[in-house]
Amino acid sequence: MRGQPILLRGGRVIDPSRGADGVADVLLQEGKVAAVGRNVGTPDGALVLDVAGKVVAPGLIDLHTHLREPGQEDLETVETGALAAVAGGFTAVCAMPNTDPVCDNQGVVGFVIAQAQRAAKARVYPIGAVSLGQKGQQLAEFGELVAAGAVAVSDDGTPVATAHLMRTALEYAKTFGIPVADHCEDMSLASGGCMHEGIVATKLGLKGIPAAAEEVMVARDIILAELTGGHVHLCHMSTRGSVELIRRAKEKGLPVTAEACPHHFTLDHSACIGYNTNAKMNPPLREPEDVEAIRQGLRDGTIDVVATDHAPHHYDAKEREFDDAPNGIIGLETAFGLAMTELVDRGLLTLPELLLRMSTRPAQVFRLPGGTLAVGAPADVAVFDPDVRWEVRPEAFLSKSRNTPFAGRTLRGRAELTIVRGQVAWRRTE
Amino acid sequence: MTAPALGKDLTALEYLSADQLRLILDTAEPFKEVSQRAIKKVPALRGKTIVNLFFEASTRTRISFEFAEKRLSADTVNVATTGSSVSKGETLVDTARNLEAMHIDMVVIRHGASGSAEFLGRRIRSNVINAGDGKHEHPTQGLLDILTLRDRFGRLEGLKVCICGDILHSRVARSNIWGLTKLGAEVAVCGPQSLMPRHVADLGVTFIPHIEDAIQWADALNVLRLQLERMQAGYIPSLREYNRVFGLTVDRLERAPKDLVIMHPGPMNRGVEIDSAVADGPHSVILPQVTNGVAVRMAVLYLLAGGSPDWSHGGGE
Repeated sequence: MRGQPILLRGGRVIDPSRGADGVADVLLQEGKVAAVGRNVGTPDGALVLDVAGKVVAPGLIDLHTHLREPGQEDLETVETGALAAVAGGFTAVCAMPNTDPVCDNQGVVGFVIAQAQRAAKARVYPIGAVSLGQKGQQLAEFGELVAAGAVAVSDDGTPVATAHLMRTALEYAKTFGIPVADHCEDMSLASGGCMHEGIVATKLGLKGIPAAAEEVMVARDIILAELTGGHVHLCHMSTRGSVELIRRAKEKGLPVTAEACPHHFTLDHSACIGYNTNAKMNPPLREPEDVEAIRQGLRDGTIDVVATDHAPHHYDAKEREFDDAPNGIIGLETAFGLAMTELVDRGLLTLPELLLRMSTRPAQVFRLPGGTLAVGAPADVAVFDPDVRWEVRPEAFLSKSRNTPFAGRTLRGRAELTIVRGQVAWRRTE
Repeated sequence: MTAPALGKDLTALEYLSADQLRLILDTAEPFKEVSQRAIKKVPALRGKTIVNLFFEASTRTRISFEFAEKRLSADTVNVATTGSSVSKGETLVDTARNLEAMHIDMVVIRHGASGSAEFLGRRIRSNVINAGDGKHEHPTQGLLDILTLRDRFGRLEGLKVCICGDILHSRVARSNIWGLTKLGAEVAVCGPQSLMPRHVADLGVTFIPHIEDAIQWADALNVLRLQLERMQAGYIPSLREYNRVFGLTVDRLERAPKDLVIMHPGPMNRGVEIDSAVADGPHSVILPQVTNGVAVRMAVLYLLAGGSPDWSHGGGE
């Protein structure tokens, strides 16, 4: 039983996969997009929702989410993360493997998928580890990971440790058609650092992480993508140097894709002033010139997708000395509003271009279903109110965690209704 | 009671105005005399309780604060714990709450993490004084260095001061840079470039690569202690080479065009950053720095407790 048909009537339907943008009805039936057009007829028993003035789009897809389960269920679970996702307009998230135990075998992949099915919110696609235990030594069994449902491999949290491991991972992954997603950080350059190496770190007396720590690894990965022909996906790009390296790689036609996070196109390192641990993340917040380069990279497509790097932490863990606080912020419930406010309102992207970077392109990069409203596509749809202005109130988040530097900020645009597999997964009630 | 002239805490000289810096220096002047009396005590902080919370080993700073507190008649408790709060098993925020629950008036904190004093100050009502936080600031050290320079030269405006050594990791350097530049001195830094912050000029200082040139330029040199672990971490090759290239030696000092004033925050590595003959020689003001440390800390404690600058003329409580 697939539940009742849903007719979304009279919204502005934006489907970047087909270059479509106009007022239309969308009919979802039996878990698929059944019809898109003017005056679509209403099947018997359909749930008819008037969405005039709203935007109807393929659901957002996050390629970079930390769900913390198994291992740190006090911070987030697959269920709460998948709920936060649908509240942010995401119909699918890709779960990073740095859990406890590490998602380096088919057992953990299967567990995450089972938890996601139980939750029945956003789809959850596990990302397997590149190396066993993410220790940077021995390759994980990509074939079994993929057979169990993994869609990519990554040692995120840490970089793929050595050039040799990255090379073999890229070569071996080609058999399975999956990308190797890398957290680009040269650990010898970054060692002990807790924020961007720049004038703010100097004033605060905090050890810096130079932009070069990221760029050295981006360069390595691009060179190895060229050597192997394997698909490297560069996670959470943060520096202008990285954007330039990727731009040149793409000009050469290399199999390289990249993502950037809302915090890296919104905030710079001055957010750390006052030892604000909610501004501590890895890669760190950089300089205003880097923020601008990330925005331009998203504008011209050098950066393919917006990803959240949603990283839940307990408030206690952030309530401590800057050196000792953990890296990362949550992002699923603020990503769309930040992107609208920082990219669309500034004229860098149109709304259809933003939806391309948050839905259609992510689906293409990881070869996932979704990202389209073509007839027959999965009925994964988000309805946004593009005009509503709302204040970020962490206490209202559906995520288990509250660690965000955006509390109190006013954003434009948010999800009103999220449909996954043709069923209403979440609907704003306030 | 008038509003406190310094605010609640002293965590960084970066946050003070030139007037506030001068207020502390001027308030320290009459306190110098107290330490020369037969009975070295004034009742300015009678009934106040102060906790000296030292998470890092310290002899000189801790003793200096304790003398300052006792000479102001405060009741003091010393808490010294090696290792970080983390290894102790209690978080800094819990430590803060416990102190607050005991109704103390002031906390003097030394901690290995940059920002820890500010962190504490934002979470408790008591006054917090930073006695050195990681690589950030050591404001009372900066103040005592500046007071010593003012004693020697009678002015700070236009004075040329070069800070020599490991600027990257030095809280003493940061406090000196902020304090001196706010008071109109010209500040330069000298040392190996592997121990210089990038964009150091953005702090308002000039970088001088060679110690010989710094000696030609400066009126005073503040020579920093070289932490031995910098060598292990690969920032410099050896202590021997450091002395040969960057050390303040008798030979180099003899080529100075004028009488330089030599400072060092201690403890010294004799024969590394400074030769013994220089440290013990006629240009050294290293011991007057220590003497001034007590007076400056008395001034800071007194002002934060709400004392008025003219205490010796009947002000204060």
